[in-house]
Amino acid sequence: MSEVVFANEMDEEMTLNMGPHHPSTHGVLRFIIKSDGEIIRKAIPDVGYLHRSIEKIGERCTYQGYMPYTDRVDYVAAMFANECWASACEKLMGIEVPKRAQYLRVISCELNRISSHMVALGAMAMDIGAITPFPWALREREYVNDLVEELCGARLTYNYHRIGGVSFDIPTGWSDKALHFLDNFEPAMREFDRLITLNEIFVKRLGNVAVISAEEAKDWGLVGPNLRASGVRWDLRREDHYSVYDDFDFDIPIGTGEAGAVGDCWDRFNVRVKECRESAKIVRQALAKINDYPEDDILGKLPKKIKPDGEAYARIESARGDMGCYVVGRGAAEPYRVRFRTGSFTAMGIIEAKSPGLFLADLVALIASFDVVAPEIDR
Amino acid sequence: MNADDIFKQLQAELGENVVFDFHEVGKNKDPWFQVDPFSIEQVAVKLKTDAALHFDYLECITGIDFPDDKQIHVVYHVYSYAKKHRVVIKALLDREDPVVPTLSNVWPTANWQERECFDLLGVLFDGHPDLRRLLLPDDWEGHPLRKDYEEASDYHGIPTIRANPIELFSIKLPEKKAQA
Repeated sequence: MSEVVFANEMDEEMTLNMGPHHPSTHGVLRFIIKSDGEIIRKAIPDVGYLHRSIEKIGERCTYQGYMPYTDRVDYVAAMFANECWASACEKLMGIEVPKRAQYLRVISCELNRISSHMVALGAMAMDIGAITPFPWALREREYVNDLVEELCGARLTYNYHRIGGVSFDIPTGWSDKALHFLDNFEPAMREFDRLITLNEIFVKRLGNVAVISAEEAKDWGLVGPNLRASGVRWDLRREDHYSVYDDFDFDIPIGTGEAGAVGDCWDRFNVRVKECRESAKIVRQALAKINDYPEDDILGKLPKKIKPDGEAYARIESARGDMGCYVVGRGAAEPYRVRFRTGSFTAMGIIEAKSPGLFLADLVALIASFDVVAPEIDR
Repeated sequence: MNADDIFKQLQAELGENVVFDFHEVGKNKDPWFQVDPFSIEQVAVKLKTDAALHFDYLECITGIDFPDDKQIHVVYHVYSYAKKHRVVIKALLDREDPVVPTLSNVWPTANWQERECFDLLGVLFDGHPDLRRLLLPDDWEGHPLRKDYEEASDYHGIPTIRANPIELFSIKLPEKKAQA
């Protein structure tokens, strides 16, 4: 898996190959590391192993037919790419989404945010060497998967959202099951905190590691939890007022530097833990309000012929931050150009700049703390 | 500030040859304007450093190929965390020789996005520190998001076209012998 090459016998610099099948790279990702002993001089990411030319495929599908492909942009949090594509098309064609459908979108997305963060947290703890939190986190994810499966029939690539709404209304009794899950989830998260988040070994391991300042985070285009961990209180759900997020009361957790400096790896972990609680809060509020709107009013009015002309850029707050979809139509049934802007892609860009001086083991922590998902980088 | 005011301010300070062609595109959509490709770094520095503009986040760089107009458009979506306004600027390049100065000195995040744009559309970013292919292998031929791209029949002996698997399941009936 790894081989060591000494470039020059007098110099201690060696070139180390990490990946593409290294277990800590969250998919297939490769790093070429130039290091002096254990200290990295430079880590160069090599991506593209999961490139499936999603943008090119978009030019050959109809607008509605492209929806299942968007699941594959980020398969850990497929709901968000669905929503992003749907809202880009709605913006392009001026389609109104019924309120009930927007509530369903919020519920499905927030549940997905919980399940995605569960993978992120569990996997990060495992990369650091703590095995137990991973199955604990996956257990919660399984409950969410069961709920989503009942909602839309799929457990991974949901294909739930539609242009103009969603595909299914909530089944009878589903709300109670979701509430039951949330009742159990909140204590489970407290338990999770005791298990790992506030664990002294874990805090000391991650505090002050790979600190990213707010300025750096903005310059390098870090988004979502990674940006907030650096102390920037900025969330598209709050700032962009998209969908119905204005109806809900929730906090935006930011990095506080409790374990060391603001923007270290522990902050990025902790922000995700807190975000799960906020998502649970939003789901509760949405479930309480959803029945104010008529049942089965879940799909807006679409134009008879979907052949839009023009361009639109839609942004949503996905589990990995600001996800953007830019769509250009030229009066044909297929889009002329589709572009996805994803959080993992820009997070990978900063690694080369951030790596000099890190320990090799801390690079693993850095990658894990960004919660990169390889298909989202390569698309 | 809305996009119209930003456009007017840029035009007043940088000249009508640098920033021009404002497009209002209707409700809920983002207006855009053109920037002279060779002055784009100047515009970007202005956008980032001007206290009233303060654009600190380059969201997205997209390349679009228009073979009918013999052009490639490079679209920049820029946002300001501090002022909460956004702007869309486009640089229209010659399709045969698409060159535009890099913005990676202004916003470091442009580094990877420009590499991706080079990889998939063949736009050359002048002055880029590390303009290599990003997603595709280094020895890949062509730029797939160009509209006239044709996939090679194989890559290192791996065929890119496969037989339709459904055909494997279809039952082949024995041909009837022509009746004598």
